[in-house]
Amino acid sequence: MSPDASDASDADEPLVGIDDLCVSLGGTTILRGVDAAVGRGRFVGLVGPNGAGKTTLLRTIAGAVDPASGRVTVAGERIHDLHSKAASRLVTTVPQDTTVAFEFDVRTVVGMGRHPHRSRIGGWTEADTTAVERALDRTDTARFADRPVTTLSGGERQRVLLARALAQETPVLLLDEPTGSLDINHQVRTLELVGELVADGRTVIAAIHDLDLAARYCDELLLLSGGEAVAAGAPASVLTEPAVREAFDARARVARHPVTGSVSVTALPAGGHDRGGGAGDRREKNAGRVHVVGDNDAVRHLYALDAAGFEVSAGAVNEGSAVAETARSLGIDTVTVPPFAGVDTEARAAVARRIEAAGCVVVADMAVGSGNLPNLRAARDADRIVLVETRPFAARNHAGAAAARSYRRLRNRATVVDHGDVVGAVADAVGTDRTSDPVAPESATRATTDRGGCDTDR
Amino acid sequence: MSLRTRTVAWSTGLTGLLAAVLVVSAGIGPVSIPPATVAKVLLSADPLPLAFDTPRTSRIIVLDVRLPRIALAAFVGLALATAGTVMQGFFRNPMADPSIVGVSSGAAVGAVATIVLPIAFPFGLELQGAAFLAAVLTAFGVYLIATRSGNTPTATLLLAGVAVQTFLGAVISLLLLQSGRSLRRVVYWLMGHLGGTTWAEVWMIAVALPPLFTILLFYARDLNVLLLGEEEADSLGVDVERTKRILLGVSSVVTAAAVAVTGVIGFVGLIVPHGMRLVVGPDHRILLPTSALAGASFLVATDTLARSGPAEIPVGIVTAALGAPFFLYLLRSREVTGL
Repeated sequence: MSPDASDASDADEPLVGIDDLCVSLGGTTILRGVDAAVGRGRFVGLVGPNGAGKTTLLRTIAGAVDPASGRVTVAGERIHDLHSKAASRLVTTVPQDTTVAFEFDVRTVVGMGRHPHRSRIGGWTEADTTAVERALDRTDTARFADRPVTTLSGGERQRVLLARALAQETPVLLLDEPTGSLDINHQVRTLELVGELVADGRTVIAAIHDLDLAARYCDELLLLSGGEAVAAGAPASVLTEPAVREAFDARARVARHPVTGSVSVTALPAGGHDRGGGAGDRREKNAGRVHVVGDNDAVRHLYALDAAGFEVSAGAVNEGSAVAETARSLGIDTVTVPPFAGVDTEARAAVARRIEAAGCVVVADMAVGSGNLPNLRAARDADRIVLVETRPFAARNHAGAAAARSYRRLRNRATVVDHGDVVGAVADAVGTDRTSDPVAPESATRATTDRGGCDTDR
Repeated sequence: MSLRTRTVAWSTGLTGLLAAVLVVSAGIGPVSIPPATVAKVLLSADPLPLAFDTPRTSRIIVLDVRLPRIALAAFVGLALATAGTVMQGFFRNPMADPSIVGVSSGAAVGAVATIVLPIAFPFGLELQGAAFLAAVLTAFGVYLIATRSGNTPTATLLLAGVAVQTFLGAVISLLLLQSGRSLRRVVYWLMGHLGGTTWAEVWMIAVALPPLFTILLFYARDLNVLLLGEEEADSLGVDVERTKRILLGVSSVVTAAAVAVTGVIGFVGLIVPHGMRLVVGPDHRILLPTSALAGASFLVATDTLARSGPAEIPVGIVTAALGAPFFLYLLRSREVTGL
C-alpha cells in the first residue's frame, strides 16, 4: 500500500514540517515556537504532561486550529492554506473521544473515510469499496461491520475510527491518545497495528500518555512541556531523568525495561517521607547513609530510600537480579557476586565495610538460604537495624536452625516495621536533624510503631 | 440490501402511501366522495391525458375546494419534516426542530404585525410576505449573534435561538394587546391552520420547495459526516462552517416558506424525522427523502382530522396534541444525546 505514490518530492524532505509554531486558544498561548520535522514512514510520539499542548499540536497539524504564527507543511503544502477537502487527503485524525451518538453501522462509519475522495454528485466507486474492505480487515473490525457503532465497546469503537482513518488513505495519520481507553492487551495490539502501518510507509504522529508504550513503539519522541518542544529524537535520548523531572515536575527513574529492552520510566512518590520538598531536592544526599540487605522485596525500599534523599548502598546480591538492576539504574553502590553464587568472604567483607559506614541497615523481608546467610550475619553488626517483616521467618528460612538463631538475635535489636514504614523508621534511626524538630507532625504517628533498637540515640 | 435499493424501496412505498392518503382525504368532508371517484377526478385533471366521466360537483369539490388545501398540507408537511431532519442532524440533537433558530417566532411577529399594525404591502400576499421576510431575517440575525470570527458553535446558536425566541414572544404578546378586533384572526394564525387555502399559495411553495430540497439532498452525505462532530467532519474533508451556513440558510428558508403560509404548525418537524430515524436509521441519504414523504402524509392526515370534526380546529392543535405525548415518550424511553 502506497498512500502517496504520486508525490515525487525529495525523499529527504520531511513529510511533516512544523516551523516556529505558535498557537493561542481563547487568548491563552498553548504552543510557543514549536519546531519539528517528521520524516516519511516515521512513528513519532508526542509525550508530555497534561496541558503541555499535545492535542493542540495534533489539531494544528490537522488544520483544525489556525496558528497565531509559524506554519505546518505536509508534503510541501502549507496545510492551513489548503481547502479542507485537499487537507483531508493528506492528514487525518483519530480522536481521543470515540463517542458516536447516532446509530450508523460500522461499515457506514468507515465509508465516511472516503468522503474527501468523492465529489458531491459522484457515486461510490470500486476503489472506495476496496479501501473500506481493506481498512475493515486491517483493523479486525470486519466481523462487526454490520453492527451499529453505538453497540460497540470503547476499544472496538477506537478500532472502527482507526479503520475510518485508514479508508481515508492519507499519507499522514494523527492519533490522539490511541491507547487511552484500551486495556493493556488492546493497547499493545493497537500500537502493533500502528507499527505495521508505519512499516507500510505511513507516517504517524501520536499523542501517547504512557511513556513506556511511547518509548517502546515510537521511532522518535517529541517531548512537550508548557507549550514548548523541550526534547526530540530517539526515545532513550528524550526520556532522560532530568528531562522527565523538568517536564513532568515529578521524580522518576528511567531504566531499561527488563523484558522489552526499551526505555522504561517509573514515577516515584512526590517528596520523600515528610520531607515536603519539591522535585529538585532529592539530589542532596544529606539524609544519612543506609545499607539495604535483601532480595526482590528490597527493590521498593531502594527506590523509596533513594527518593527520600538517603545515600543508599546495597548487597550483597547476585548480578542480574532485580535488586542489582534497580541499584544499577539508581546509581546505588552495590556489592555483587556472580549469578547463582553465594556470598563469599570477600563480598562479606565488602558488605561489612558498608554497614559500618552506614547509620542504619534495612533488612528486607527476604528468603534466607546458605548463599545469603552471610548478609544476615553482617547486618547483625550494624548500629541500628530496621527489619521489614511481613511473613514469619520460618516460612522463608531455607538455611536451618543456625539461620533462625541469627535472625532471632537480629530481630531482638531491630525496629520491626511493615513495608510502608521503612523510610520513616530509617529517618528516625539516622536523622539527628529530624529528631531535633519536636513539632514534626509525623513523628507522633511514627511513635506508635515499634521503637526498639534504632531509636537508641534519642 | 444496499442503501440505494433501500432508499428507492422506502421512497416508492411512502409515495404510494401519500397518494392513498391524498385520495382518501379528498373524499372526506361535509360531502363524502368515494375514493374511486376521487381517483378518477384526479387522473382526469387538466395536465393529465386521461378523461374519466365524473359528476361535475365531485370535480368542483375535489379540485377547487379540497385539493388546494390538501396539496398545501402535503408541501408544508414535506418542508417542515425536511427542515426538522436537517436541524436534528445539524445540532446533533434528536430534540431539535425547524424553528429552533427562531424562524417560527420571526414569522409570527411578521404576520401578527401585518394583521395588527396598519402596514401596507405592494403585493397581494402581504401577510405571507411579511411573515416570510421576518422569519428569514430572524434566522439570519440569530446566526450573526452566534457567529464570532467566522465560527458558529452550534451550542451558541441554539442558546441565541432560545433567547431571541423569548424576546420575540414578548413582542408578539405586546402586539396581541394592541390587536383589538383582529385578536381572533391573530390567534387563529398563531395556532397554525390550512383553511382558506388558495392555489396561489400552493404554487408559491410548490415552486420554491423542489430546488431547496434538492440542495439539501446533495448535502446528505456532509450531514452524515457532521453527525460525527465538527472537528472530525473537518478532518474528513467537510468545509464545516460553509456547510453549516448552507444547511442553516436553506432549511430556514424552507421553514419560513412553510410557516409564512400556514402559521406555526408545531411538532411535525420534530416527530416525523425522529420516527423515521427509528425506522430507516440515521443515514441522511435515506432519512431525508423518507422523512419528507412521511411528513407530507402526516400533515395531510392530521389536517383531514382537523377539518372533519363537527367544527374545524386549527391543524396546529392536532399536531401538538399528537406530538407532545410522542415527544414525552421519546424523552422517557430513549437516551437524549447531545448538549
